[in-house]
Amino acid sequence: MAHESHESHTGLIWKVFGLLSVITIIEVIFGIIKPDSLHLTQFLGTSLLNWLFLILTLVKAYYIAWYFMHLKHEKTSLRRAIVWTCVFLICYLTTLMLIEGGYIQDMLAPYISWTYNK
Amino acid sequence: MESTVATDNSNQEVWSGGGKKPFAASYGKMMMWFFIMSDALTFSGFLVAYGLMRFKFLESWPIADEVFTHVPFIHGHFPMYYVAFMTFILIFSSVTMVLAVDAGHQMKKAKVTIYMLLTIIGGLIFLGSQAWEWKNFINGTYGAVVLQDGKIAQFVDNEGHQIALSDFVSKANSERVQHTRSNGLWYVKDAGELPPYTLNEVVTSFNANPDVHLRTEKIDFDVKQKTVLSKAEANTYLSKATDVVMGANLKVNEYGKTLFADFFFFITGFHGFHVFSGILINVIIFFNVILGTYEKRGSYEMVEKVGLYWHFVDLVWVFVFTFFYLV
Repeated sequence: MAHESHESHTGLIWKVFGLLSVITIIEVIFGIIKPDSLHLTQFLGTSLLNWLFLILTLVKAYYIAWYFMHLKHEKTSLRRAIVWTCVFLICYLTTLMLIEGGYIQDMLAPYISWTYNK
Repeated sequence: MESTVATDNSNQEVWSGGGKKPFAASYGKMMMWFFIMSDALTFSGFLVAYGLMRFKFLESWPIADEVFTHVPFIHGHFPMYYVAFMTFILIFSSVTMVLAVDAGHQMKKAKVTIYMLLTIIGGLIFLGSQAWEWKNFINGTYGAVVLQDGKIAQFVDNEGHQIALSDFVSKANSERVQHTRSNGLWYVKDAGELPPYTLNEVVTSFNANPDVHLRTEKIDFDVKQKTVLSKAEANTYLSKATDVVMGANLKVNEYGKTLFADFFFFITGFHGFHVFSGILINVIIFFNVILGTYEKRGSYEMVEKVGLYWHFVDLVWVFVFTFFYLV
């Protein structure tokens, strides 16, 4: 409970800011260069580069939720009620929809023609 | 009732029906978390819908860093730089927000005021940037042709870099006037602003210029780039072309799939609307801080609650940034 402890967390806040900035810069550098060794790979359904982006995004989300939204200082029960519920529902929805999307693509692609007769 | 009727402020930390606080969180904070969770699921619904459509059209989805390439005051191809700047601005305004909350815990009114003001300014810069990003997206950069089955074909040079219609199309004397309700059939309207060139001009110039090639939407997965056609194949494509497209609207866009622009407008628009309402709420709280409302109340918890909302908007942007611009 943050509001009962009156000491300042300014140092920690700036540290988190530094970390979030560094992660964003890393993401942008990789996004611009797109090194072939990561971009042109395939691992669990997508490229290693995309996995890198996803993991870095989740790290950013963790720091925003834990330190900026004070989840770290809330009661464990409240934190779990929020985080576990969201993580479960979002993972569930994402998994179903992406599998479905991949399936539609497999079924649809043969019917899309990329050549034309004059 | 206590939550909706203005009563004595002294016990506003407490839920109705006694001194108990479930999860040790005040009523207002808990309700903010309820809202944030439902909003989080709304946004994940949107992003997952984007993912579904993207997987459905995996072999022809537009490549983001060929779409968002603008930086203010500079011409050229600069993928991601500007959106990285926007992300940075939003993270920074999140930091000033959390600093305001931190200063609130120590009852430092002056500090809270300054940090709230900085947060609002950060939000305004972000919103302005987004408007600018939309402007570029809507006006378009290169232009393309749309085929009768809705596919988009773009023009590239010998190196495979996209080139604008104005780089190679020479204007003939044909003139087509914008079809409006007051000018033409009253029940017919052009889908958008008339493109600067007619289809005939584009096709003639394309055939006259050996250094211009046609590129389809289909992605070559070996190099993860769009496929460039031979001149002969390009002619079969152009024989099916129905229109010239410049920029983007909800019906057609020069970047590729119509759905791409639709999702872009909808998701970044919905997020921008959240930023906008966040700024409004921040402004209200800012004035309350100046008026000393929370000083009198003895608690800056209200700043903490709007802070939660503001950080959530930042959190959503982190995901929008990843799924629209990076992945």
